[in-house]
Amino acid sequence: MRLMNWTRRGMLGVATGIAMTMGTGLPAAAETPPGVLVVGQIAEPKALDPAAVTAVNDFRILMNVYDGLVRYKSGTLEVEPALAESWEISDDGTVYTFDLREGVTFHNGSPFNAEAVKFNFDRMLNEDHPYHDTGPFPLAFFFSAVEKVEVVDDMTVRFTLNAPYAPFLSNLAYPTGLIVSPAAVKQYGKEFGRHPSGTGPFRFVEWRSNEAVVVEKNPDYWEGAPALDAVVFRPITDANTRTAEMLAGGIDLMVEVPPVSLSEFQNTDDYTVHEQAGPHVWFLILNTKEGPFADKRVRQAANYAVNKQAIVDDVLEGTAEVAAGPTPPAFAWAHNDALEPYPYDPEKARELIAAAGAEGAELTFYVTEGGSGMLDPVAMGTAIQADLEAVGFDVKIETYEWNTFLGEVNPGLEGKADMAEMAWMTNDPDTLPFLTLRTEAWPEAGGFNSGYYSNPEVDRLLEEARVATDQARRAELYKKMQVIVHEDAPWVFVANWKQNAVTSDKVENFQLEPSFFLLLDDVVKN
Amino acid sequence: MGGYIAKRLLSAIPVLMGITVIVFSIMALIPGDPATAILGSYATPENVAELNRDLGLDRPAPVRYFIWLGNMLQGDFGRSFSLNRPVIDEVLDRFSATLVLAGTSFVLCALLGILAGVVSAARQYGLADKAITFAVLLGISIPSFFLGMMMILFFAVRLQWLPVSGMYAIYGGGGLVDLLRHLAMPAIALSVVATGVIARLSRSAMLEVLRQDFIRTARAKGVGERRVIWRHALRAAMVSIIPVLGIQAGFVLSGAVYIEIVFQWPGVGRMLVDAILTRDILLVQGGVVFVAACYVMFNIAVDVAQSLLDPRIRT
Repeated sequence: MRLMNWTRRGMLGVATGIAMTMGTGLPAAAETPPGVLVVGQIAEPKALDPAAVTAVNDFRILMNVYDGLVRYKSGTLEVEPALAESWEISDDGTVYTFDLREGVTFHNGSPFNAEAVKFNFDRMLNEDHPYHDTGPFPLAFFFSAVEKVEVVDDMTVRFTLNAPYAPFLSNLAYPTGLIVSPAAVKQYGKEFGRHPSGTGPFRFVEWRSNEAVVVEKNPDYWEGAPALDAVVFRPITDANTRTAEMLAGGIDLMVEVPPVSLSEFQNTDDYTVHEQAGPHVWFLILNTKEGPFADKRVRQAANYAVNKQAIVDDVLEGTAEVAAGPTPPAFAWAHNDALEPYPYDPEKARELIAAAGAEGAELTFYVTEGGSGMLDPVAMGTAIQADLEAVGFDVKIETYEWNTFLGEVNPGLEGKADMAEMAWMTNDPDTLPFLTLRTEAWPEAGGFNSGYYSNPEVDRLLEEARVATDQARRAELYKKMQVIVHEDAPWVFVANWKQNAVTSDKVENFQLEPSFFLLLDDVVKN
Repeated sequence: MGGYIAKRLLSAIPVLMGITVIVFSIMALIPGDPATAILGSYATPENVAELNRDLGLDRPAPVRYFIWLGNMLQGDFGRSFSLNRPVIDEVLDRFSATLVLAGTSFVLCALLGILAGVVSAARQYGLADKAITFAVLLGISIPSFFLGMMMILFFAVRLQWLPVSGMYAIYGGGGLVDLLRHLAMPAIALSVVATGVIARLSRSAMLEVLRQDFIRTARAKGVGERRVIWRHALRAAMVSIIPVLGIQAGFVLSGAVYIEIVFQWPGVGRMLVDAILTRDILLVQGGVVFVAACYVMFNIAVDVAQSLLDPRIRT
């Protein structure tokens, strides 16, 4: 009996000790002070050097630490002045001259001027630049049209392009175009990505690996100091854990709420759910070169056969809208509002398939397990498979991990598959169709037209839109392109994702941007 | 004894060399490359080739292997391209976090497991034995990540006793109490399965020993029951329990991957998962080799401990 007595007493002691250390004696989950906003991010950032990163997750931090020459006007994808107060474009569309904002300094005290702008672009684009080795710069091709950058005077800088390139301003507003402090790059070299210095509303304080990136108010911000004292970005990769942190009060703002968790935050005053459609489109690439989808009628049949509304409502729980065509409605000025999505009409699909003689065709369908912008690809793929089988196709799914998937899809579907899932988020209406729908963008030519779609009229429209500097003219060309592509159906147009976020009741003045960036300079935390 | 240890250390060298070959080959053979991972949607063949050249990945695999091995032997594990910092810094940072978690879990499961096993065996078929056997069965059957999520929901979200995730509080954090509050749930979730396994094997090892003649002799001599169990029987049973501890230490270390993801523990398991997904080759290779080396060393320590208890093993 002595053995049991000792054990019971011992266990009781240990249990009491644990309870006292962890439990009720101490304040519950740490509450963050007013003025400090804790953001639940989806991953650890790679680096805080805007020229070196590619992920939206990293952009969410960068946009608050740096400014670009231009930026997107709040609530739109249209460009407005930022570090450049104004600019002139030469008549032939190849020379851009920017007048820079006076009196702006970087967080480390060094001045912002034309030399700094030149340094930024030379570092990225010129292999002989002494600080080019602080790269690699994977998105440098956004500025591959830039032939040279010249300092006209201290506050004027001139970009010369090798050909007219309409998306240039929009690319400058993208995080790859954010301006870093040359002095900080020179000081830290390859370590600059962990010691960022920009001109933005918040300045960098510390980066605790895999715990938090902390930024604080820049009291000298040229547009007025932000309302928050500090922002803490916490990487929480697991979506369930992120939801739990939000419910427990460990974070004040959560991005990319999983559709299944949304109900936790709806219908309560404690949280606000924010939604914003963005420049995203989720589609199926169809192999137009060979097999059943070489026939336009069969491609249209696939568009009729897939119940997109059910996917959006049931699989994605309303976190997306049905896509009508290749251009997301978020590009308001370039989107053709007259375009209607293909209705769900299995009867019509069967008729078209019969007319094309493609009944019972076997289809190989590439599905990915997950990836940037892919939403819920396995569940969506399965729903699409069921819809296509309902109209008489025999669909075989092959599933790949994201990087492997890209390695299979990007070189082209020929000889391998009839269809593949894909999603894009872009910053300009030019990017996606130019890289994925032109004949010149077939994989062997270095593009992403993995389904080998080809229509000379679409090619002509896109090439003309790229060199046109007048926005109204560009819009007209893009709208025509969308009508043709809708009719030709090289893709099954499925969904446009609505980005979401949840804030606690202590957060005010927060709004999501169509660019999917996270801008916090006006946000208040009580 | 010194000879035995030296022999075991020498035999570890081919094991570690084998590990470098395997991890390098796996990273070279899996589809998808770092450039594709970095560029994502923008991975044109042209962009991929250019970025791979910048990353030094355009050389043939055997050349890259020997460069890597040569650098590593000089203590240079290379630079993680996705984190843009030296691999060894990252691995050491993260491994120390894993060590805190896995170490605590291991101590928990070893102590509780052996205790439960001994009590079970001493009270075979008694109430305590039945209760422990039931609890052990339950513990072995629950996946640790599921238990972790349930603990978060109950203790952190519902009761708000403990923080949901992380290793230190973001504000006003630091210090032992803060660490223990963050450590409690992941350490327990991680130790449950191993505790069950150790308890079961300790119970059967103890039962085996308790049937032997020297125990009857001890009891006949009039040695107290407590002393018989804890001094005579447990010492003898430890010879078969210790190798189980060694194996369970490996399970705890590998199980830490799931727990680190659920609880956002900044450990090496989560680091490796992220590194594999971004094809951060040098970080995966360096991390695996480092963890494997630690595990090999731990196993040598276990063997040495066992040989101290049972000199017959030292051959």
